[in-house]
Amino acid sequence: MKLIIAYIQPEKLNDVKQSLYAAEVFRLSVTNAMGCGQQKGYQETYRGVDIEVNLLKKVRIEIAVNDDFVTPTIDAIINGARTGNIGDGKIFVLPLEQCFRIRTGDTGPQAVG
Amino acid sequence: MYGLAVVGVVVGLLARPVMAGEAEPSEVVVSVDTLWVLLGAFLVFFMQAGFGMVEAGFIRAKNACNILTKNFMDYCTASIVFFLVGYAFMFGPGNGFIGMGGFAMSNAHNPSGVPIWAFWLFQAAFCGAAATIVAGAMAERMKFGAYLAYTAVISAVVYPIIGHWVWGGGWLAEMGFVDFAGSTVVHATGGWSAFIGAVLLGSRVGKFNGDGMAKAIAGHSIPLASLGVFILWFGWFGFNCASSLSVGDGELIALVAANTNLAAAAGAISAMLTVWMLFGKPDLSMTMNGALAGLVAITAPCAFVDPWAAIVIGAIGGVIVVFGVRLLDKIGVDDPVGAIPVHGMNGIWGTIATGLFASRDLLLNEMVSHGLLLGVGTGQLLVQSIGAVSGAGFSVLAMGLVFLTIKKTIGLRVSKEDELRGLDIGEHGLEAYAGFQVFSNI
Repeated sequence: MKLIIAYIQPEKLNDVKQSLYAAEVFRLSVTNAMGCGQQKGYQETYRGVDIEVNLLKKVRIEIAVNDDFVTPTIDAIINGARTGNIGDGKIFVLPLEQCFRIRTGDTGPQAVG
Repeated sequence: MYGLAVVGVVVGLLARPVMAGEAEPSEVVVSVDTLWVLLGAFLVFFMQAGFGMVEAGFIRAKNACNILTKNFMDYCTASIVFFLVGYAFMFGPGNGFIGMGGFAMSNAHNPSGVPIWAFWLFQAAFCGAAATIVAGAMAERMKFGAYLAYTAVISAVVYPIIGHWVWGGGWLAEMGFVDFAGSTVVHATGGWSAFIGAVLLGSRVGKFNGDGMAKAIAGHSIPLASLGVFILWFGWFGFNCASSLSVGDGELIALVAANTNLAAAAGAISAMLTVWMLFGKPDLSMTMNGALAGLVAITAPCAFVDPWAAIVIGAIGGVIVVFGVRLLDKIGVDDPVGAIPVHGMNGIWGTIATGLFASRDLLLNEMVSHGLLLGVGTGQLLVQSIGAVSGAGFSVLAMGLVFLTIKKTIGLRVSKEDELRGLDIGEHGLEAYAGFQVFSNI
């Protein structure tokens, strides 16, 4: 079991979601985040004065998957999120020690689904 | 309270013989009427804030700055353009189609009994109101530059032409067409311009899925929207009542105020009940649209109908708006705020309702024959229908041409990436909610 954490551009969320659905990955959670990487970001001004924008808005997706779904999920995310520009994001794969389904009490790979 | 003071002055002046150096009673009447028209102008101006809040509340947060800039600039543009050419086209002496005199307000014709600048400001505020209706229907995906181009044209040409037909002595006026405060001139014009604009612009990304089923894209602030609706309702008292252009003995303006209020309330209630029955829950956004629908619908007949009729007209308007929204979803036209059902469809309904419900006793002049439901003949109803269809039709055709031209030259729509990221960033480099995480599902 693995936990996949992906940081993507907010405006790519819908494309990434559709891509995941096409790969039969339906269980995910999404949070807003701010982050910085190499991206210089966009110009912002407030009443004519440039604002330094270090932390940019990102979207963070977390998906718990069984081992056979790791590669399809990563491929789907990359497919949906890649634009070729700086700021496309990063994907982390973490080992997932245990998983429980609250409603039924399932554990392990069955709970991951 | 101010009004009481004015009345006190008037009564005081009229109660004793006029002495040398004092104002004649007739001059005092002009003074009071000027005050009245200016008050109306200020109220209609304030409706811009109402439009802004309604539009901002019903769209997503990432586009709020953009819609507010459009709303702000269309009033500024209308103010200048209506000064330079709009008033001349609308009220200048000319033919039945368009006026042609008084450009930049030099030697401009004044058909009212108040000073020309009071009349001009009042009319300019109306022009701004018509222009801003379109912003809502074309929100969240229209280029800002394209919007500026559009608003200059509608304020300079299209609105004044239709206004000339009805209030500037044009062909509709000569037919006996009546529109007290502008169901056709302002609301149908704005609403049907919005319709053709939304059609040519296309729907927002994610609004319709592959099968053509409409998806809801929720507005980000119902509180802002509801504030906006109350501001509009408040301003509408100026919009309708001050269209009398005089206080007179007060009977007419009082009736108009009551009719305005009753229609709005009836529209809200009927919209709420309709949506409750159809969808199972009383939806505030639709209820408020119902109030606006009632207001639009009563705008033409407000001086010509009895209060009971105002309630009926408003209530029907509320039902129209609910079904209008569903109809737009069915035909694949994306209108984020419901501008087309509220202004376009109810602008036509209000105009026709005048023909149905007008009471001879309340008519201002003998040009207008008895309304259908209260007496003999279909004359007025026919005239009203012709006017409604002409106004809507001309708006669609003229603005269709304008939007097509803009589309072919500078382009109407922003890029998909800008649309998803939010127009605040792409078009303005300024976020409405800087520091907030506004990002959501789409």
